[in-house]
Amino acid sequence: MAYISSGVACSHVPALGVASDKGITGDDYYGPIFKGFEYSRAWMEAEKPDLVFLVYNDHCTAFDARIIPTFALGCASEYPPADEGWGPRPVPVVKGHRGLSAHIAQSLVLDAFDITIMNEMEVDHGLTVPMTMMFGQPDAWPCPVVPLAVNVVQYPAPLGSRCYALGKAIRKAIESYPEDLKVCVFGTGGMSHQLQHQRAGLINSEWDARFMDLLVNDPDQGCQIEHIEYLREAGSEGIELVMWYVMRGALNENVEEKHRFYHVPASNTAVGHLILENR
Amino acid sequence: MAEQKPYDDIPGTIVFDSDQAAKGYHLNQFCISLRLQVNRDAFKADPEGYIDQYAMTADQREAALNQEWNRLLELGGNIYYTSKLAAYHGINFQELAGLMTGKGSTAYRAMMVAGGRSIEGNRYKSEWQDD
Repeated sequence: MAYISSGVACSHVPALGVASDKGITGDDYYGPIFKGFEYSRAWMEAEKPDLVFLVYNDHCTAFDARIIPTFALGCASEYPPADEGWGPRPVPVVKGHRGLSAHIAQSLVLDAFDITIMNEMEVDHGLTVPMTMMFGQPDAWPCPVVPLAVNVVQYPAPLGSRCYALGKAIRKAIESYPEDLKVCVFGTGGMSHQLQHQRAGLINSEWDARFMDLLVNDPDQGCQIEHIEYLREAGSEGIELVMWYVMRGALNENVEEKHRFYHVPASNTAVGHLILENR
Repeated sequence: MAEQKPYDDIPGTIVFDSDQAAKGYHLNQFCISLRLQVNRDAFKADPEGYIDQYAMTADQREAALNQEWNRLLELGGNIYYTSKLAAYHGINFQELAGLMTGKGSTAYRAMMVAGGRSIEGNRYKSEWQDD
């Protein structure tokens, strides 16, 4: 049977993808960030998941303003990296797993999560940057990915508590799939950042630390953080942190925090990263 | 009279909610069209002719042509969309933030390297009134 062994939280700042693609991951600006992920790449090589379930948000790439699904599940056999305006990133095509996707799609709807099914989808930096941070620069990604795109661009994003419950439903779906698959769940985005208007550049490190503590140790409380708190304390784009709760919901109540990394800044954003193992 | 929203008192922030999204639909679709090279070429060849394909208001049209980044957000633009217009003009995300904050690129980048804009004094509009 399929099972979930671990979870990864990871910011998906586009500049990190650019740094990797341009080979400037060792410079003074990016060096400390990529150093913070050295442990993670070694951990990932030992962990060797058979599949990654990756929660991210699309940045008006696969979805522009015409169609805005709150939760969209990738059900394709592959997901090409998208051209976001400066050419597609030179990273491998992301392979999917149609069987597991179809199973999860069906299981979620019957579990009262009425998700959107994506049989074709291009993926942007929201998905490919965490892959780069965790797997480096391979010729092909070492395992297939099932992507879940969450709307966090147009307010309101889904509630943290809803994301947490969805994570639990995803776990139930994965654990009822007959193939033997070791699954690692990624929750991406964040941490505190605001990209727009006069308050752009907002960073709230104290809040970010408390957010990570709650996520790891008391997710039942943490998932209750209200939207107004995200907007005010973590910035208008910091609200994408609700996606970390999908990942957390898919894990055990008790997890072991194997790794935590936090750095300011990458471009406009605080970079946060966790590796959690089911206990 | 517009409904009061819980986030109205956050300073220097335009929350892209359903009202803003409804106002900004055509503006945002114009901006996102510039993701594709073929459209960037068409816009470059005839900016006014290209933009007139989108049913935006006169204010939005003017703000887009004049690169008034904060005004675009106030008129219903969303940053992930307006950043494509910025990219068309060779302005990256961090440079755009420098423009929107009024700090300029160099001072903005320095602020970020020094840890970013502090949350202290930046939670409520009332805290900005002395500025």
